[in-house]
Amino acid sequence: MTWILGLAGAVLAVSAGLTLWRIVAGPSHLDRIVSSDVMVAIVIAAIGLIAVWGRSATGLPILLGLSLMGFTGAVGVARLLSSPGTVRRLFDRRKAMRDGSSDDA
Amino acid sequence: MPETWTPEAVMDIVGALVLAVGTLFSLAAGVGLIRFPDPVTRMHAATKPAVFGLLLVLAGVALVLRDAKVTTLLSVAVMMQILTAPVSGHLVTRNAHRSGDWDAAGAVIDELAADEESGAE
Repeated sequence: MTWILGLAGAVLAVSAGLTLWRIVAGPSHLDRIVSSDVMVAIVIAAIGLIAVWGRSATGLPILLGLSLMGFTGAVGVARLLSSPGTVRRLFDRRKAMRDGSSDDA
Repeated sequence: MPETWTPEAVMDIVGALVLAVGTLFSLAAGVGLIRFPDPVTRMHAATKPAVFGLLLVLAGVALVLRDAKVTTLLSVAVMMQILTAPVSGHLVTRNAHRSGDWDAAGAVIDELAADEESGAE
């Protein structure tokens, strides 16, 4: 059983390296967000592996917290990254609304 | 290999195998992140370990630890992951579409573009 777990750990290390490469290389921020989501999944798998290796449930609450809150990072950064076109459209729409209400007044 | 094939030993080995298969999904995501060309196709690879890989890894943990409390905690973790993964996926893809950071030539249908044109989004 030990060599199966060792193999799983090696696979996780390789995939963490590949994901880290995509976080470093980018090229866009969206690639980095997607890669950091994968990194959270890899960390969850690593915590599961440690729990199996040591036969202890000590780390499993961390795993629950990560699966609960892992998506908030991606949501936050995705909200921050708005394209110039979107911002301009929103600005135009609000301006039109503001002009319309001032005509009514 | 164990000396005697008791049910516990068999469950240990099956659990370790299931966990190892779950980690292969992480490897697939890593390779997909490197090889795919744009954020939308990379997301296709990236969402595999987040749901199905996690399910396999946690099933392996539950098979090896064999404790009702642990199994409950792991099912809650899987449920939360299935509930929250689409939220970030939706926002990231929408952002990629709006910023034009994807390869529209590979798309079969693009209904969001029509909605954005008409201002109905």
